[in-house]
Amino acid sequence: MKFLSEYRDADLAKKYLDEIHAIVTQPWNIMEVCGGQTHSLVKNGIVQLLPKEVQMIHGPGCPVCVTPLHLIDKAIHLAEVEKVILCSFGDMLRVPGSAKSLLQVKAAGADIRILYSPLEAVQIASDNPSQEVVFFAVGFETTAPANALSVNKAADLGLTNFSILASQVLVPPAMEAVIEDEESKVDAFLAAGHVCTIMGVEEYYPLVEKYKIPMVVTGFEPVDLLQGILLTVQQLEKGEAVLQNQYSRVVKPEGNPKAQELIHKIFKVSDREWRGIGAIPASGLEVRPEYESFDANLKFKIHIPKVEEPKECIAGLVLKGIKKPMECSQFGKKCNPQNPMGAPMVSSEGACAAYYHFSGTAETIS
Amino acid sequence: MQLQCPIPKLDFDIITLGHGSGGLLTNKLLDSGVFHLFKNEHLQQRHDGAILELPGKTAFTTDSFVISPIFFPGGTIGELAVNGTVNDLAMCGAIPKYLSLSFILEEGLKMTDFWEILVAIKWASEMANVQIVTGDTKVVERGKGDKIFINTTGVGQVHDRAKISVKNIKAGDKIIVSDSIATHGVAIMSVREGIEFETAIKSDTRGLNHIVSKLLDDFGEDIHLLKDPTRGGVATVLNEITRDRNLGVEIVHKHLPIEREVDALCEILGLDPLYVANEGIFIAVVDAEVSEKVLEALQKMEHCSNASIIGEVVENHPKQVVLTSAIGGKRIVNMLVGEQLPRIC
Repeated sequence: MKFLSEYRDADLAKKYLDEIHAIVTQPWNIMEVCGGQTHSLVKNGIVQLLPKEVQMIHGPGCPVCVTPLHLIDKAIHLAEVEKVILCSFGDMLRVPGSAKSLLQVKAAGADIRILYSPLEAVQIASDNPSQEVVFFAVGFETTAPANALSVNKAADLGLTNFSILASQVLVPPAMEAVIEDEESKVDAFLAAGHVCTIMGVEEYYPLVEKYKIPMVVTGFEPVDLLQGILLTVQQLEKGEAVLQNQYSRVVKPEGNPKAQELIHKIFKVSDREWRGIGAIPASGLEVRPEYESFDANLKFKIHIPKVEEPKECIAGLVLKGIKKPMECSQFGKKCNPQNPMGAPMVSSEGACAAYYHFSGTAETIS
Repeated sequence: MQLQCPIPKLDFDIITLGHGSGGLLTNKLLDSGVFHLFKNEHLQQRHDGAILELPGKTAFTTDSFVISPIFFPGGTIGELAVNGTVNDLAMCGAIPKYLSLSFILEEGLKMTDFWEILVAIKWASEMANVQIVTGDTKVVERGKGDKIFINTTGVGQVHDRAKISVKNIKAGDKIIVSDSIATHGVAIMSVREGIEFETAIKSDTRGLNHIVSKLLDDFGEDIHLLKDPTRGGVATVLNEITRDRNLGVEIVHKHLPIEREVDALCEILGLDPLYVANEGIFIAVVDAEVSEKVLEALQKMEHCSNASIIGEVVENHPKQVVLTSAIGGKRIVNMLVGEQLPRIC
């Protein structure tokens, strides 16, 4: 397939792998920030092909994983009690709230619809004027423009029955939180390619400067990832710390200005709570006051008690890369995809689920 | 195929509760539809059931069909209901003979849609050389069903040379897939509400019994297992094989046959083709000695030109399916948990 097969080429992959093996002299911990990268690393069996010195640490870039428990409870409340038509991306449905998941609520009769685009939710609102429609707007900078577009479109159409429950988070503040963590072992980052497609690369220079940490903006196909890892290891071995762009076929330095403009039109930067990590200042987006009638949080005034995360779940440590999923005492036992204790076991981008699905017993398949 | 209704329409444009009452309307519907269309000696008895005679071993199976949408590129729920049961019998190494046909119709179903489905059933049953010998029709209130649900039950005569059982599988056996994977599931997905891609992908729904019968004629007990990877796709079938035996399975990504368009749509929708449903292919686990000959024979048959040996049964990593990725890495292919849900980004 054009634009895909080239980046899954076995010979090219081997060339990069050989080079990584040839130049590495000491242990390095590289964090791939994005859940999509984690998924691809494990799905393609890349982790086992790397030299033992190169350890991949799976970062917090899984939107499903970092959506706070309280917000999932709110979404469930909207669908179950307020009887709204709740629209969501698919993999959000299986994430456990404090008592149940959206999938369970759907099975019990709530009107919950899986969509591919937030604009479909606007259409549903337009088609069902007597019902409230809420889109569960989850995601990083990648999905923010489409979520913003839905509000923009609903405003243009003059819809009064559409709103979004936003859980928009931003990558750079989360990366800084990871670096600042005392227990952090991260030596370098593969920055999230698609986030940079929207936002560009400018906001990463200050991080590279301040913390003297190598960063390589990297794509998602096996050859992308291997090239990204090679560039990172080259920097680490030479003692350099610069920002490089491996994914230049997609990522322009300035990003996508139109998309950024739309994000800033609808959203403003705010403090955010990350599931498993906690509050990070200026790490999220919330709907601007001008568009507050489209903010489900304000529209429905939901008051439900905040519930603590299960104590045995080490999702926070996994998301920060301090622990590997397999180091969790509950991994594959009490916690599995059928009965996940924390979100990283739910989404296919979540580190725990990726390990469970693709390499649950990696040691036996070498 | 041209789907044209040979039967005059009834006075009604839609199915009503009366059509399931058992009274006059039911009889009218059955007379002008089912009995006329599927005419055969067993059905003409119009008895409570069919009395059949089958020599040798008999295979017996049942399946229900609830697909939405009921019309999709490459077929309808009608063909699916026949082919599904025919294929389940074929996977037992049997030659399908007789089917039952039961409808649960939702009040309001368009009569023209019902006729179109009936014609599709007739066509598929003729292609598979099976007779519809008994059946049932119920109508439920609007909102209590989804247009039409179909159940078919089938019996078939087990092929003289068939020795199909998961117990016969041994390490070294080769795993063959009979044609390109994931086509049916992607065809359905492409027309589901909210997606509507413009593609030429058509469902691969078809009866596999003639192909299987030919393979059994030529290779008999060297065919150790046959499975049709419908719901859950190829990955699920392979996992079932390892689950039932203390053996492992190894497959190679680059040997998986997949149409370019199907592959592309899976990429866009974030689906793994290994878990996508198929309706017109089967997986054969065969003795290594005959595997190349089986492959050659298959590739010469209609609808099997992309047949491929995708892997083998191994003693290593029992109860695990391991895939060698495009770049040579290895990963475990697990059983799917629930439905395959599209990813966020």
